[in-house]
Amino acid sequence: MRVSLFVTCLIDQLRPEVGEATVAVLERAGCEVHFDPRQTCCGQPACNSGYREDARAVARQALEALEGDDPVVVPSGSCAAQLVHLADLFEEGSSEHARAKALAPRVHELSSFLVDELGVESLPSGYRGRVTWHDACHGLRDLGTRDQPRRLLRAVEGVDLVEMASCETCCGFGGTFSVKMPELSVAMADRKLDELEQAGLDAVVSADLSCLMQLGGRLQERGSSVRTLHLAEVLAG
Amino acid sequence: MKLPETASNMAHLNANAFGAAARAALEDQPLRSALAKATDTFADRRGRVLDEMPAWEELRTHGNAIKAEALSRLDHHLAHFVREAEARGTKVHFARNRAEACQVVEGLADRLGARTIVKSKSMVTEEIGLNAALEARGLEPVETDLGEWIVQLAGETPSHIIVPAIHKSKDEIARLFQEKLGTDGDLDAEELTAVARKILRGTYLEAELGISGVNFAIAETGSFLVLENEGNARLSTSLPRVHLAVMGLEKLLPRWQDLETFLRLLPRSGTGQHLTSYQSIFTGPKQSPEDEGPDEVHVLILDNGRSAVLEDDVARETLACIRCGACLNVCPVYRQVGGHAYGSVYPGPIGAIVTPQLVGTESAVPLPSASSLCGACRDVCPVKIDIPRILLHLRGKVVERMPTRAPLERLGFRMWSLAARSPRAWRIATRVGRPLARLAASPSGVGRLARRLVPPLQGWTHGRALPRAAKVSFRERYARREA
Ligand code: SF4
Repeated sequence: MRVSLFVTCLIDQLRPEVGEATVAVLERAGCEVHFDPRQTCCGQPACNSGYREDARAVARQALEALEGDDPVVVPSGSCAAQLVHLADLFEEGSSEHARAKALAPRVHELSSFLVDELGVESLPSGYRGRVTWHDACHGLRDLGTRDQPRRLLRAVEGVDLVEMASCETCCGFGGTFSVKMPELSVAMADRKLDELEQAGLDAVVSADLSCLMQLGGRLQERGSSVRTLHLAEVLAG
Repeated sequence: MKLPETASNMAHLNANAFGAAARAALEDQPLRSALAKATDTFADRRGRVLDEMPAWEELRTHGNAIKAEALSRLDHHLAHFVREAEARGTKVHFARNRAEACQVVEGLADRLGARTIVKSKSMVTEEIGLNAALEARGLEPVETDLGEWIVQLAGETPSHIIVPAIHKSKDEIARLFQEKLGTDGDLDAEELTAVARKILRGTYLEAELGISGVNFAIAETGSFLVLENEGNARLSTSLPRVHLAVMGLEKLLPRWQDLETFLRLLPRSGTGQHLTSYQSIFTGPKQSPEDEGPDEVHVLILDNGRSAVLEDDVARETLACIRCGACLNVCPVYRQVGGHAYGSVYPGPIGAIVTPQLVGTESAVPLPSASSLCGACRDVCPVKIDIPRILLHLRGKVVERMPTRAPLERLGFRMWSLAARSPRAWRIATRVGRPLARLAASPSGVGRLARRLVPPLQGWTHGRALPRAAKVSFRERYARREA
């Protein structure tokens, strides 16, 4: 199956290895991955800060880059949710609104694409470690992704998946919230990390680089040895 | 008729100081542990009763639909309510704003020659600052809900919609009683309650006027309901000669039948109960001398900025709120900083959307941004209000209505969007930007300076390491692979 990869600006610029791992995982699952270099960002940072005009301009670019019929796979729940809701930015009846509406059903977050669309049950991965899953908010609450990543992780032989009581609690990132209200944002991260650090983990795994940056940046500052990994990295490992 | 949102619509307002107040709250360890304990308790109780409710989602959908219909024809339903209420002897008053509302109550108190006034819990009377207005005229309003009574005794304001004294631990309350009432400083919860009960009992009998809020008003018969657990609302509304109920105009339900849904939604969401201990229904004053109940029943219907909310297609559903407080208990921001930090009568996620709409965007700028948009509030809301969507809508209003605010942020987003709308510009900008970002994250002197001076970096590095940008981006690696 041909798929179009929307890699997200954060992965593109900060952790390209996650993008490569995503390609590897999709290829192992039998996909032919296509990446359109016209893509930039989904527009979420501006949209979430109230700059709708700027968000709209960037969203148009995303519509352009993702034209076609192939399913669009996104290794991020929040960017996937943004692409699913892109039509909200445009006036009803406009051509962009129609294009955004047509795009929405083609967009899939990586883990739900693998499990729900491709029926993947396990992927060969040599990763070994004691990990927990962080449910990133938009994947969980906008897209309903909960079991899919857990199933994939459990299917990896070397993975020991430990559940945290606070797995569904927000990490405190929230886009510009993290820099506008840093003390609050960090306190929210600590609420999760206090529990997480008790569990003797090797890594916390999620499907959103933004959460991983937040948790990872804070873990580093706390002098912790717990790593942050993207789901794709574990599955490709 | 649309009435303006203005800062004067809310009795106390300091929402623009949210940042500083939140930072102060984060330093307050006793507050944070009291909050964590109480919010967990309520969230757990709610979780447990919902486990026994397989049809919860349908119930929420139904509640949402009833409210949407009621709000879409509010004029009609209000007129119906007034007709029916008046036909049963209830006197109906309208107030466009806070000042008018207080005047109505003052006028009534004057006519009755009332001195002592008992009140059961009501957020809308907090909104209009009724206690302060009455006290200014030498009257003595007494809160009869235990939590409200504690808050009044402490000279504070409620910090939660249904648990007004949630910010206080039991020990703090014992010390407060000791200081104000001269009781022993180590009373337990039961003893504290007994002290309050004893003092309050006498007050009910002295009061000439009893004031309550309204949980639901029913247009069909001009009736209204008050739900509670302590019996104080029932006493406040039956012992005094006159009962006045104050309600926001959005509290209206068209039919009795609608209650079937809301009586299931509200107690479960609010306190995790199947049903509150008391639900009192009021339909006019007593009809004959033998009847029990007050001689006069008055309803005061308040606008105070609500009709303006009604005209906003995106934000209208804010008015569907049944003030259950569930969104507060699950909100990771509220759980960290508590209600007072919001600087508004209404705290938490619902406060963050209600307040700016009642008082105007400019008077509550930080509130729509006081959220990570995690969506936990939307998931628990019994009437399915899409709070994150309304927060975004209100953030957009801030940007639109305050063009001179945050010029650097505005410029930053414009430059970013100019780059991100063109693949060529994006390629150039990221090629130039990545080495700079790497430098900023490096341990070098330049890096340290950048982290100290550039606002977003400064914010991020408050307690977090800055991630390093990649040397070679994904798109560059991909292009090489393809070549
Ligand atoms: S917004 Fe929803 S959850 Fe929050 S208080 Fe209102 S009804 Fe309850």
